[in-house]
Amino acid sequence: MTQDTLPQAPARATVSQAEFRAAILNAQADVPEGLVNPDGQQASKRFSVYRNNVVHSLSEAMLTGFPVLTKLLGEEFFREMAKVYLRIHPPASQLMMHYGAALPGFLESFPGTLHLKYLPDVARLELALRRAYHAGDADPIDPAELTTLGQHELMEAHLTLAPACEVLQAKWPAKSIWDFNMADGPQPSAGGEDILISRIGYEPKTFLLPEGAAEFISSLLKGRSFGTTLGLATSNTPDFDLTATLTVLIAAQAITGIDRA
Amino acid sequence: MLNQRNTTTLPDGAGVGYKPQHFQDLLNAPGAVTWLEIHAENYMGDGGRQIAQLRHLADHFPISVHGVGASIGGETRLDPEHLARLKKLVDWLNPASFSEHLAWSTHDSAFLNDLLPLPYTKDTLTRVTAHINEVQDLLGRKMLLENPSSYLAFAESTWSEPDFIREVARRTGCGLLLDVNNVFISATNLEFEALDYLDAYPLELVEEIHLAGHDEDADELGRKLLIDSHGKPVDEPVWALFDHVIARTGARPALIEWDNDVPDWEILESEAARATAQMEAVVAGQSLMVSA
Repeated sequence: MTQDTLPQAPARATVSQAEFRAAILNAQADVPEGLVNPDGQQASKRFSVYRNNVVHSLSEAMLTGFPVLTKLLGEEFFREMAKVYLRIHPPASQLMMHYGAALPGFLESFPGTLHLKYLPDVARLELALRRAYHAGDADPIDPAELTTLGQHELMEAHLTLAPACEVLQAKWPAKSIWDFNMADGPQPSAGGEDILISRIGYEPKTFLLPEGAAEFISSLLKGRSFGTTLGLATSNTPDFDLTATLTVLIAAQAITGIDRA
Repeated sequence: MLNQRNTTTLPDGAGVGYKPQHFQDLLNAPGAVTWLEIHAENYMGDGGRQIAQLRHLADHFPISVHGVGASIGGETRLDPEHLARLKKLVDWLNPASFSEHLAWSTHDSAFLNDLLPLPYTKDTLTRVTAHINEVQDLLGRKMLLENPSSYLAFAESTWSEPDFIREVARRTGCGLLLDVNNVFISATNLEFEALDYLDAYPLELVEEIHLAGHDEDADELGRKLLIDSHGKPVDEPVWALFDHVIARTGARPALIEWDNDVPDWEILESEAARATAQMEAVVAGQSLMVSA
């Protein structure tokens, strides 16, 4: 192919990437002038190959990333919704593993889903599970290490939690909905759930938290000492159960270090 | 021409695009597969199973890191956060090769997760050259640049694609990744001869070859329109072009790309075996001619 055999358009219009991008994300937009078929005529269907590729790849990423939402809404509906979402919220980063971070808010206002109040919490849980899957590796401590600390030492200590650890305070039973759809769990019953997301080995897992544990863990995640954290927890939740909370943290392999002050 | 190639540590044999579902098969029965290619962006998390598996595989296979998100052809400056992630990956993995595309994917901080086309002009030549220099300087290594698959052309282009690629390589010192399937797709879609393209293309700079399957569609006038789908076996005309190329370059690291509707291991391996067999046949034929 030499330069003089290149297709010639009547006008040698230049196409900016802003124009190209806008036409990709808007199926109704005109194909930018200057994109041509082999005969030099204005391209149309050939441009929609790029449109379709973008919509397809972003929709697939959404579908893969939100398996429970896809099941709850049905694949056909989810795909149509994804097409609306991706035009408003194209990926802000090249890391498709985290694509869809704005979906909880979107679901709250999207006409097709706004009446399904539990969906945003399910989306938050699915996003947290993905973050946990890709989070940094850290080995849990031997729980016996906790018992080697004296009372004062423990209160001054800072517990390091695994990078995969997150707390989700859901107004709806997001973990039960996830378990029911993905792990043959029982029928969910109404009511909020405080959930710890962690990773056992390479497998993200969720754990129901007792009352006050979400605030306790969040305080640890902020880097506050064990004593300060416990004080906050017991003042917020008079019957805060430290043993039950630590039992969940140990089962979740969430504690990865004890930093003695 | 054989001896002019820059050294690379990818073997001159068949590789496959790595899919996690083939992890055990690759370790148990790699068959013809002698190296692996990964998409850089899938391994930019902080940890977890995917990175652990990659670490393990890297002990057994040379790895090629293939980026799809750097937006080398972008109008705006390269995303520094993305470059930092890329550097982190390349630094810890120390892959045998790093490659990226002559395409763009990011504009105004929106990443479109597709390889979008650019016109070939004086301006885009300057831009692509600067971006490749930036990537190579940052990574401290040569990168390979892959030719795109095209569905349409830009009226404003003043360079042919092979000439553009040759000039980019001359200015940056980058190596080339020749995607033979992309040449076939673009030749069909833009109605030029694939062999003319290859005649004009700097084959002496090719350090890796891609082979993949495509889908067939038609445009609004019923003209054949091939789609770069990576979801099928390599098509016969693409195998024939591959023969044409390796007859000129000799055996090269040749990759089977199969990203959608990923098949069972045996099927993917058989494609790699075919690539190996074709390269062995060409090399054997050439040594016969030399000794004759």
